[in-house]
Amino acid sequence: MADLSINLAGIRSPNPFWVASAPPSNTAYQCHRAFEAGWGGVVWKTIGDPIVNVSSRYSSHNVGGMRMVGFNNIELISDRSIEVNFKEIKECKERWPDRAVIASLMTDTRENWHDMMKRARDAGADGVELNFGCPHGMCERGMGSAVGQNPDVIETIVGWVMEAAEIPVIVKLTPNITDITQPARAAKRAGADAISMINTINSVTQVDLDRLVPEPYVDGKSAHGGYCGPAVKPIALNMVHSCAADPDVQLPISGIGGIGNWRDAAEFIALGSTSVQVCTAIMHYGFRIVEDMIDGLSNYLDDKGMDSVNELCGKAVKVVDRWETLNLNYKRIASIDYDKCIGCNLCYVACEDGAHQAIALTEAGERGLGPGRLPGKPIPEIKDEECVGCNLCSIVCPVDQCITMVDVDTGKPPMTWKEYQEKLASGEMKPIPAHP
Amino acid sequence: MTRQRRTDQETAARMMADIEPAYTDQQAQVEADRCLYCFDAPCIMACPTGIDIPAFIKKIAVQNNRGAARTILSSNILGASCARVCPTTVLCEGACVLQDRDQKPIKIGRLQRYATDAVAGKEASLLEKPAAATGKKVAVIGGGPAGLGCAAEMARLGHAVTIFERRPEAGGLNTYGIAYYKLTPEVSLDEVEVVKSLGVEIRCGVEVGVDLPMADLQKDYDAVFLGVGLGHTYTLGIPGEDLPEVMEALAFIEEIHTQPLHEVAVGEHVVVIGCGNTAIDAVTQAKRLGATSATIVYRRGEKDMPAYAYEYEIAKADGCGFVFHAAPVEVLGESSVTGLKVIRTEPDAEGRARPVPGSESVIPCDMVIKALGQEKQVQMLQTLLPDLALDAKGRVVRDEKTGQTSVPGVFAGGDAANGGREVVNAVAEGKKAARGIHAALCGDAVEGPVQHTRVGVPGSKPVGSGLDRPVRVPEAEAEYYAAKGER
Repeated sequence: MADLSINLAGIRSPNPFWVASAPPSNTAYQCHRAFEAGWGGVVWKTIGDPIVNVSSRYSSHNVGGMRMVGFNNIELISDRSIEVNFKEIKECKERWPDRAVIASLMTDTRENWHDMMKRARDAGADGVELNFGCPHGMCERGMGSAVGQNPDVIETIVGWVMEAAEIPVIVKLTPNITDITQPARAAKRAGADAISMINTINSVTQVDLDRLVPEPYVDGKSAHGGYCGPAVKPIALNMVHSCAADPDVQLPISGIGGIGNWRDAAEFIALGSTSVQVCTAIMHYGFRIVEDMIDGLSNYLDDKGMDSVNELCGKAVKVVDRWETLNLNYKRIASIDYDKCIGCNLCYVACEDGAHQAIALTEAGERGLGPGRLPGKPIPEIKDEECVGCNLCSIVCPVDQCITMVDVDTGKPPMTWKEYQEKLASGEMKPIPAHP
Repeated sequence: MTRQRRTDQETAARMMADIEPAYTDQQAQVEADRCLYCFDAPCIMACPTGIDIPAFIKKIAVQNNRGAARTILSSNILGASCARVCPTTVLCEGACVLQDRDQKPIKIGRLQRYATDAVAGKEASLLEKPAAATGKKVAVIGGGPAGLGCAAEMARLGHAVTIFERRPEAGGLNTYGIAYYKLTPEVSLDEVEVVKSLGVEIRCGVEVGVDLPMADLQKDYDAVFLGVGLGHTYTLGIPGEDLPEVMEALAFIEEIHTQPLHEVAVGEHVVVIGCGNTAIDAVTQAKRLGATSATIVYRRGEKDMPAYAYEYEIAKADGCGFVFHAAPVEVLGESSVTGLKVIRTEPDAEGRARPVPGSESVIPCDMVIKALGQEKQVQMLQTLLPDLALDAKGRVVRDEKTGQTSVPGVFAGGDAANGGREVVNAVAEGKKAARGIHAALCGDAVEGPVQHTRVGVPGSKPVGSGLDRPVRVPEAEAEYYAAKGER
């Protein structure tokens, strides 16, 4: 069985699965339950001067009957006292010495940051995570994402923190910014040990169409909330990869954003995360989900012949590159397996109306009747010469492996756009004719 | 042993309640979300009235129930009753592509019921306003599904329509002759109201040819639609058939629909002769209304029965008995029924059921229900219209697309023309005939509604425009192969 243990900038945990700083990590009680279920670490709900919350706080983006495809909240940091939080961290760490307990912190002045760092160390925390990401409430008071959106301020505050740091420091970044590598580089310059991302995204999930007020509803009003859940995973992967691939960042990464199962986790790890953090899926299903995350990742690593999760870390970073480095002479086209086609014709209408008009509806002809082939009913047929290999039909097809994308040998050597520009400039080749 | 009330009000109501209860909002949402929203969907092709099924299901999914109902009713004015009585497993649901992926078609019938229930009583306001009056008058003979389908479509095309119905209420079999647990008369009568609200005049209790000469209709109206359906049940021609406890299945079902349920008298031991869908309706309802036993007697075997498989399942689940390969010989009894004498049958070389001499036996019973299929109304039709061409089976000969019969100005559809098919076929044929009449009177062709921007194979039959082409029906596929010279 593959070794799942990790070491993120000196923070060790028996597996890469951490509970993110959020409602599930609010109390020692919850952390005990998390560790009992098998979580490798817990990032405590952000500690700072206790706040006052509103009611209600959460809202969901549901899609086609599926709940919590996206989820948002307007809850602030911990509403418990700093003393109680650190006391409970100490209890947790003493009871679970092999797990990672990380204190998430948010405060303001240099003195306060020094004080918080000292208290975290005294409580026995394995590290701290600086919350520079929270996009609601706290940012209006100059904290959270207000810090994370300004690389200079990040650099200053991380600098203060590092003056007092005796345990590893992770800087948690906000995605509500144009270029995630800028705050990441600032954290690096200031000496941070690691970064984590993404915090939640500014959002309004839904408007109640009867009272015309969005959720979460607070006495006739609402506010922008922090968005998370499965829907944000692609955005988070993009940002994790951007930082992992940036030569000026080169910090260990704790990946966050829409992770709900081992497959999501493996993707984050492949794109450069050392640990992964989970919140929404726990809020949906409870801590028990970690059992399959551990089991599934372990089986996957075994299947792939990897001895340790560290072997997977960053494996897919290099192949994601700038567009200009892609081979213009590579071609793939769609292929329909008529033994699997059920005749929904979604591929046809998607291609016809939404893409490149490369699928025809024709008579079943020699294929006779069968699944999806009924008397008088047309069947889809790929026009090979028109197909640009965009993938759309294979994406909309509701049957697994019915439409596959097949490599076509163009007989041409690989040529990137950069090379193409050079060849054009040197007169070595004429412009590729425009698509009709 | 006698025919009498055998249940109380509460039990009867429970036993005859909806066999498939209405979906809750959430059940409908969950089911609607499963729909793939096929393009050129097979379910549309399988619906004789060409309802744009994926469109209405997607409307349910986004809580546009009024729009869903409009989509349904604009293709099929009897969408509420069809939702309950259509053999969906061999029509729309039988064609659902999900059968080929995970064996679970979308429950289209139940979703259609959900959508039409949501607007029950206000359907007419949903539909587009009828076109400007054409000044043409059309008479419809028969207020059953074909007549209503025709009348509604004609009214929407701007014609003045009068339906002549010989019974006290319109709706035909929907009002009088479907198992109560599938369709209550109220649903049917609501639909009749919708048709009326489109401006159609319905004159009930008027039998053309008896109360009103056919010639008057031909003189006073620009066109006539014949939607007269079928006649009486075939007779057995055996001794004892005239005993008082021997009745036609449709008469029995009509009693259920015109009396308080618990007042319907049934025998203690009921035998139903025949094994079609009406036989199933009769045997299950006899059982549900208190008969100790209710048994089907059928001269052929289990696999030969004309009833749909799901109907057979209902009867079995109700505890009804089945005696196969038995032909009735005599209804026994002096003044009332005491039993049915039957003879065992065996299939001959051609597969026909032949009696086996000396194999008679008696099934004790006190009520016999005949469900042998209905006769064509040959004599009535020939009296009404001596020039009307009928085929060898007594069906009115008409153009399949327009409903035009051999008599100028006279059109036909429904059971009288197709020999006895589903409610939905009757509605579709009524609708097609309405368009045929419209074309004949005004010279305009009307098509659709069909799925937006749909594309069919050039030269193949139009899809989804109401030309009945059931798919996923073995006969249809056999026909296809035969035409192709395969298999």
